[in-house]
Amino acid sequence: MSLTLQNVSRVVDGETWINEVNLSLEPGSFNVLLGRTLSGKTTLMRLMAGLDRPSKGKILMNGVDVTGVPVRDRNISMVYQQFINYPNLTVYENIASPLRLAKMSDSEIDRRVRETAEMLRIDPFLDRLPLQLSGGQQQRTAMARALVKDSQIILFDEPLVNLDYKLREELRQELRALFKARNCIAVYATTEPNEALALGGNTAVLHEGRLLQMGPTSQVYHQPKDIITAEMFSEPPINVVPGHVSNDEVTFDDTVHFRLNNDLRSLSPGNYQFGVRASHIGLVPHSDDDLELPVRVDLAEISGSETFLHVHNPHFDLVLHLSGVHEYQVDQNIKVYFPTHKLYAFDAQGQMVHSPARMREQ
Amino acid sequence: MQTKVENNKAWFLVMPVFLIVAFSAIIPLMTVVNYSVQDIFDPYTRYFVGTEWFKQVMLDSRLHEALLRQFIYSFTILAIEVPLGICVALMMPTKGRGASLALILVAIPLLIPWNVVGTIWQIFGRADIGLFGAFMAEIGVDYNYASNTTDAWLTVILMDVWHWTPLVALLCYSGLRAIPEVYYQAARIDQASRWAVFRHIQLPKLTNVLIIGVLLRFMDSFMIYTEPFVLTGGGPGSSTTFLSQSLVQQAIGQFDIGPAAAFSLVYFLIILLVCWVFYTTIMNMQKDK
Repeated sequence: MSLTLQNVSRVVDGETWINEVNLSLEPGSFNVLLGRTLSGKTTLMRLMAGLDRPSKGKILMNGVDVTGVPVRDRNISMVYQQFINYPNLTVYENIASPLRLAKMSDSEIDRRVRETAEMLRIDPFLDRLPLQLSGGQQQRTAMARALVKDSQIILFDEPLVNLDYKLREELRQELRALFKARNCIAVYATTEPNEALALGGNTAVLHEGRLLQMGPTSQVYHQPKDIITAEMFSEPPINVVPGHVSNDEVTFDDTVHFRLNNDLRSLSPGNYQFGVRASHIGLVPHSDDDLELPVRVDLAEISGSETFLHVHNPHFDLVLHLSGVHEYQVDQNIKVYFPTHKLYAFDAQGQMVHSPARMREQ
Repeated sequence: MQTKVENNKAWFLVMPVFLIVAFSAIIPLMTVVNYSVQDIFDPYTRYFVGTEWFKQVMLDSRLHEALLRQFIYSFTILAIEVPLGICVALMMPTKGRGASLALILVAIPLLIPWNVVGTIWQIFGRADIGLFGAFMAEIGVDYNYASNTTDAWLTVILMDVWHWTPLVALLCYSGLRAIPEVYYQAARIDQASRWAVFRHIQLPKLTNVLIIGVLLRFMDSFMIYTEPFVLTGGGPGSSTTFLSQSLVQQAIGQFDIGPAAAFSLVYFLIILLVCWVFYTTIMNMQKDK
């Protein structure tokens, strides 16, 4: 069972919500839709589900055109950000509801409901009403409802957003494991780059209704096609510094120079935007060609065992992602080390023209 | 530690509420209690009679009949108005100009004063000058609310349904609007039928507004006075004489203030009791779930 979107667009009241998306999802694949709020994730899912019709383009399932087929006649499931269950039915009946509609025999229903409930670890609560459960259990019930029937496509629309951090991690891992054994297409929308990385599989990056890049998650992460993808697919967003490449050196904002190293030698002279990940800038040099940069501290965000250090020099701002707790005073002058061999370079149009060597090998 | 400042300022804040409740409820009620235990001939000649009026009221067969009529009436209109109101609410458009138009149209009967409603239906049902009466005569139905008991009941019930179904409909409409769109979407994906959507999504979400709607309609219909008074005057005979009309006949018609006061108290207690039973039953039903 494969799902293909061909030049799919959706225009609502003159506004383009989805713009010429081409996408092909393979059976048994786990696909993450990554994008900020309003990037079109939910709209795209609604199109995949058949809840809405595309304004242009075709949707194919196994090569068969299903563009106009309503959701009722497609075999799909969906899990939402809100915990959607039938409020007056027990957990058991909630999970059984799709099977009852499919006119399955009682013994078969019972077997499947118990199996799915066990898988999602809600089997002790089968006789309760959804509102008597915690948020995590309510969402597990909703997931069980989606998983119990053999859907060909299962859509998750930011299902873990309303749960607390611990539960989110737990459910995310289970979810990934659940899908390993299945041969259906899973689509999972999220705004968080880290969630996409944790889930693995494939990632499609959406921005303002356009599909920027689609591929195996780690490949998209390490080889972002353009600057927007790079910014969206890292948390905190990748640092971008404008710079100039001449015959033998690289200049950042006319003030910071370093010799063109082997890594960057392939770039022809001209102006570029250089990207460097927040976790790659350090407080101590890691190699000889690290560039020492005097900066001033704006803010040190300390969250548990990590510190996000916001600094600036007269020309640009940087964010550092450091492990451990580092306390700094505002306006303190410090030195940070810029890894010149871990730079991404983007051309004037924002397309990536160079990525760090180590990343390329992966 | 900070020491607590103690003063009596709180009394000033509680006082207005206390005064309003006293004047609006406690004092009038106590006046009625006062009347109910006395035989009053004129402001200066009155005798304490204890529970005599209460005994008389409880044994009065005319009142028993009125009470029975009252229950039949109230339950009939509830049985019609609640399902009908839900249906109307489900059919009302939710978006665009149609929605506002439907809201206004549905709300119109609610804006008409009770006695006007009575007058409208009195004229509407007359065979000589009323549209409805003339129509019935035209198609050969012998319809006369002034002389036929069944017709009188039919008209009184029809009138109430016309007047008050919009209230139930509007309450349900607001309840339905409060259901997030994703529920319907989820149901569509589940391939749920229209009935399943109603039974498992809409009805459970409507329970709370329906409780309020049923309570309001019950209390209101149990106290109905003006419309049947204008339409039939309680007739033919006493076939549409409900409790409040009997009460008025007794208190103002015959000026039997003592028995009328005792009657009002019993009347009040009946309403209170029925509402309490109703409310606790529903609340327990919800808790059991």
